[in-house]
Amino acid sequence: MPLEAFQVLSAALFCIGLYGVLARRSAVLILMSIELMLNAVNINLIAAAAHMDQTAFTGQIIAIFVITVAAAEVGLALAIILRIFRNRSTVNVDEVDLMKW
Amino acid sequence: MRIVDFFLIILGLLVLFTALSVVVLSLTWLERKFLGRLQRRLGPNRTGPMGLLQPVADAVKLVLKEDILPSSADRAIFWVAPLVVLVPSFMLWVTIPAAENLVLRNVDMGLFYIIAFSVITILGLVLAGWGSANKYGILGGLRSSAQLISYEIPVIMVVIAVAMMAQSLNLIHITNFQLPGIQSITPETARLEAGIQNVPFAVLQPLGMVIFLIAGLAEVGRTPFDIYFAESEIVGGPFVEYSGAHWSVFFLAEYMNTFIIAALTALLFLGGWHGPFNPTSPQWLESLVGVVWFLVKTYFVILVIFWIRGTFPRLRIDQLMAFAWQVVVPLSFANILITGVFMYYGWPWWSLTLMSLTLSSVIGYLIYKHVTAPARKVAEVYNRRRMIERQPRRQAGRQSSGPSAGPEEAVSGG
Amino acid sequence: MAFQEVIFWVLAVSSVAAALGVVLLRDIFRAALLLVVVFLAVAGFFVMMNAEFLAVVQVLIYAGAIAILIIFAIMLTREVQQGNLPNRLQPAAVLFPVLLLAALVFVAVDTDWNLLQDQSRELQDNVEVVQTHTIGGIPDEMRGDIPGSDRSGLGELLINDFVLPFEIASMLLLAAIIGALVLVRER
Repeated sequence: MPLEAFQVLSAALFCIGLYGVLARRSAVLILMSIELMLNAVNINLIAAAAHMDQTAFTGQIIAIFVITVAAAEVGLALAIILRIFRNRSTVNVDEVDLMKW
Repeated sequence: MRIVDFFLIILGLLVLFTALSVVVLSLTWLERKFLGRLQRRLGPNRTGPMGLLQPVADAVKLVLKEDILPSSADRAIFWVAPLVVLVPSFMLWVTIPAAENLVLRNVDMGLFYIIAFSVITILGLVLAGWGSANKYGILGGLRSSAQLISYEIPVIMVVIAVAMMAQSLNLIHITNFQLPGIQSITPETARLEAGIQNVPFAVLQPLGMVIFLIAGLAEVGRTPFDIYFAESEIVGGPFVEYSGAHWSVFFLAEYMNTFIIAALTALLFLGGWHGPFNPTSPQWLESLVGVVWFLVKTYFVILVIFWIRGTFPRLRIDQLMAFAWQVVVPLSFANILITGVFMYYGWPWWSLTLMSLTLSSVIGYLIYKHVTAPARKVAEVYNRRRMIERQPRRQAGRQSSGPSAGPEEAVSGG
Repeated sequence: MAFQEVIFWVLAVSSVAAALGVVLLRDIFRAALLLVVVFLAVAGFFVMMNAEFLAVVQVLIYAGAIAILIIFAIMLTREVQQGNLPNRLQPAAVLFPVLLLAALVFVAVDTDWNLLQDQSRELQDNVEVVQTHTIGGIPDEMRGDIPGSDRSGLGELLINDFVLPFEIASMLLLAAIIGALVLVRER
């Protein structure tokens, strides 16, 4: 497969995720969209790494760190969402605007 | 060429599925018969010789039963959930070798693959609970995910300790590592082998095997850990609304998982297809004897699992989680620690056995004291009360029959 | 390589369709399930790109852990009753990703990526890249005897060259665990 195929695919997934982040009201769905974007980034990283040298692992290592950070981020973000839900009984990000000006 | 490979893989999968179905049928028969014997019953004995046709009758009954869809259920999720449970546990068998040459696909990271795909089962259980729109179902789904995620950690940690010693994640390498006189895989392993003597890992890491069996039982939800679909508490948990063929898919997956845990115990700790009698000259005879040894060991572990089922009562959900996080997880970390120390200093192989046994017996004694503490407290209170009750009676006895009446008489009189 | 292209297209179509489902479906529980489909498809892509280790990690962490966390969050926050609604930014939010997608696709198609490959080959001329301009399908003589073998280089890199990021990642995970515990704890 040419590199362009993977890059176009990754761009499509990234933009779908971006749309989800921008256009959706629910905090959980925004989190899911961020996961989509991270996955798209991983595809792009590994495709580029495999394109340059199929026997090296550096690109894969960066993807591993992306996955690690994504796991930490999901854990924390869901904790924050649960806390917001308990305090305000909503997870609509339009209504959680205390720090907005 | 590639298409031929593809069809060969499909054929292999079909053969595997057939073999697994036969195994599951045999397991259901064995479980009933063995449990019956443990409970001084006969077990099934009407259908066929020794009740051997009982599983077939059960299967026919299950398939012929009506498949009920609850009216408020989420239809797609409800139908997909059994597949999400079954497919991963079937996929695991692709990499599990029954003999050195008898494996569908020898993946180099076989153990890692098995751990990764066994996690998807949790998703299926949550889906089943959610899709059936039943509060017991959702409760069971949540419980199952909590339990399975908690017990996933000790399984992974024990597997890491095994992989550390064998220097490989490949199941064939790990099993061959337990055979004396095998060629080393890498130069680093050669140095290690001098210390390890290539005995089965059950001898080297008894603690690891016990943790693996306990956590594995919890992973597949066998009886001491079956709180998430316990019939008497939450009436079947995620499976409440399922009936007929779809319920039997869950059933199939459960027995497949039990067989996987038993097979992995046999491969990782009991030496897999190696045994005292192992001819090497014709290829087919070696494979055949290997499969026989593998099956003997696996069925032995399965009988132990059934034995545990017949012996122990079910744990409450809080006891279950406390046991996971306070006992099993720290022990699995300790197992890695002693394995690492052992490997770093290159001590003789029996030192690891000794450390492992010491650790497990000390912790086992502490758990025993902790678990029996309430019972011992009750017994103490009871004894004290009896002493207090006995006191006036003994004085009364002394007054009536004189000082010769001993405490034995008072006890027998009371 | 026709077989590989078929697999690529199946995975690509299913992943993009599932991703669209994630952001567009009203039923947020099903959106989470489609997210799992996307994760599995991405794992398939990793296998295609000879990153089997990452594929297994993807299944273990994304499909196993993150998807279940998200489903838990959906159950606990009663999202399902409200559904997946758009917010006020809807028109702009359609426009911006479409523009970005167009730009990214233009860049990806217009750039001559083989230059990059040639440059990297010049940098490390001892490594033979047998197949040029394609991804996936390493010939068997480069793989070793077993498919997916020789992942030991990954581990060695992780504890030699990348040991500091590795330790920092472990500290990050620890901090995340403690932070999440503190946040959701009932007082």
